[in-house]
Amino acid sequence: METGALGRPYEDGDLIFRQGEQTDRLYVIQEGKVEVYLEEEGKEISLTLYREGDFLGELALFFKEVHSTSARSLGDSRVLTVDKKNFMRRIQEDPTIAFRLVQNLTHRVKELSEEISVLNRTVQECLEEQLRLQELKGKET
Amino acid sequence: MSHLELTDGARIAVIGGGPAGSFFSYFLLEMAGRVGLELQVDIYEPRDFTIPGPPGCNMCGGIVSESLVQMLAAEGIFLPPTVVQRGISAYVMHSDAGSVRIDTPMEEKRIGAVYRGPGPRGLKEARWDSFDGHLLSLAQEKGAHVIHSRVSQVSDHASGVAVGTRGRSLQVYELLAVTTGINTAALKLFDGMDLAYKPPRTTKTFIREYHLGAQDVSRYLGNAMHVFLLNIPRLEFAAIIPKGDYASLILLGDEINDELIDSLVESPEIRQLMPADLQLNEGACQCRPRINVRGAVQPFDDRIVFIGDCGATRLYKDGIGAAYRTAKSAAAAAIFQGISAEDFRRHYLPACRAIEGDNALGKVIFWVTRQIQKHRFTRRAVLRMVAAEQRRDIGGRWMSTVLWDMFTGSAPYREIFQRTVHPAFWTRFLWDNIASIVEQIAGFRRLRSPDADWKLPHTMDDSR
Repeated sequence: METGALGRPYEDGDLIFRQGEQTDRLYVIQEGKVEVYLEEEGKEISLTLYREGDFLGELALFFKEVHSTSARSLGDSRVLTVDKKNFMRRIQEDPTIAFRLVQNLTHRVKELSEEISVLNRTVQECLEEQLRLQELKGKET
Repeated sequence: MSHLELTDGARIAVIGGGPAGSFFSYFLLEMAGRVGLELQVDIYEPRDFTIPGPPGCNMCGGIVSESLVQMLAAEGIFLPPTVVQRGISAYVMHSDAGSVRIDTPMEEKRIGAVYRGPGPRGLKEARWDSFDGHLLSLAQEKGAHVIHSRVSQVSDHASGVAVGTRGRSLQVYELLAVTTGINTAALKLFDGMDLAYKPPRTTKTFIREYHLGAQDVSRYLGNAMHVFLLNIPRLEFAAIIPKGDYASLILLGDEINDELIDSLVESPEIRQLMPADLQLNEGACQCRPRINVRGAVQPFDDRIVFIGDCGATRLYKDGIGAAYRTAKSAAAAAIFQGISAEDFRRHYLPACRAIEGDNALGKVIFWVTRQIQKHRFTRRAVLRMVAAEQRRDIGGRWMSTVLWDMFTGSAPYREIFQRTVHPAFWTRFLWDNIASIVEQIAGFRRLRSPDADWKLPHTMDDSR
């Protein structure tokens, strides 16, 4: 059956693309999971886990031709690439082809908004806690 | 006439459950869902896609092009390894002057070799699912209802189009999508109706299936499509496509007869490629399906639209891709614009015309290819140019990309044509022609690209 597996297979830990690398394609996960992470000052910050059906690298299609993050396979995975030129040509002929991509991006914006909201709450709670502690300290002295 | 459009609860009939019918139903229901419209779609398909051989087959070479695989992925439609018999990552061009292999960049398989049914006649164990059956199940998941009956009657009705099958009362539909292809008598159903539709002009092709077994398919053919550039009169195109346990021989051309087929399979290029003990004059299964070489006249009317092969399709290549494009265009017209002849003229016909316009350039490209096939030095020049391009890590791959897109149907003919009129292409090609003539005078040596080792087992099972 494996003779018919489309795309490119990756093993656990295989790098799919690296931050800073030039790109002219969109990545679509056909099978398995992919971790996207940021490399900063020699440290890796895990950002998101993508699953079958998810798109990767779509920001590079629109803004710049360099990956802003890295991606690696978590376990075995299979990823198919879509050429930027081919994709853009088809969008020109049939704009509805971008529907899933827009849906995907909207979903991601929603997820990020939720994360920001959680972060905001956490920061606010921390600040309030810090203020409360300072007030307590003031009273004691 | 008042504006015709699909409203909540509208009934749509689709005659034919091949790719055009399934894509149309899938996208119609998908787009209807986006605008909150509830539709009832009935697909009439008499074939059973679980039966091997002619009863479950829609007769086709079975190549899902690189561009279609990519677009389907972008649409969220995946072709699983249980349906794709072999992922194609290269092609090898054979001629009497030698052979060259061209691989995809990034070692990625983006072309799918499939069987429209589960496989050829005599198949003992169906290890892969039918491609048409897979697409039909996707349409069913979207909500389409499949009626396994042959349509025996189509007629006008005061509130739509009436569709009848044997043993079932006439059903009236607001819209009828005809996706029967052209290898069927079903188009005669419309003779009695007052339509401006005229079916496409067709020509015969030839497909033969050889049983090799999965191991030998990998060993002899690998994951490459094998294309033949031979000087055989009336032959436009010949290819061998590796599948799971079988390999398909595809011939395109004018008046393909037994003489032409025999001269091809007895050519040293094919004989050397295939196992020595394989009988090439007979296969497990063979057929002579017709293909559309000129699109239909007015493939629409009020409440009726002809999609895929019975409407417009790409010349010689990527028929499934054309089915996808026309089906999606017809679905978008029906949902967002209306279902009158005028709506289809304004919003569906341009998609058909774009394909037909592109085919006109395709005819020019195939004519040039025929001229190249006629002369040994030009055949050798093509191989020289590709071999040189494959040896270089950098620099333009003019001929390689032209041939790749032409043989795999991955790009519009317009784009291929534009590449061939580039001065860099002609400068290089002229140089290779001169070199070939000099070599012809000096005596030929067979050409082979350095990585043309498709017969070595280690390159065959390159499942990575």
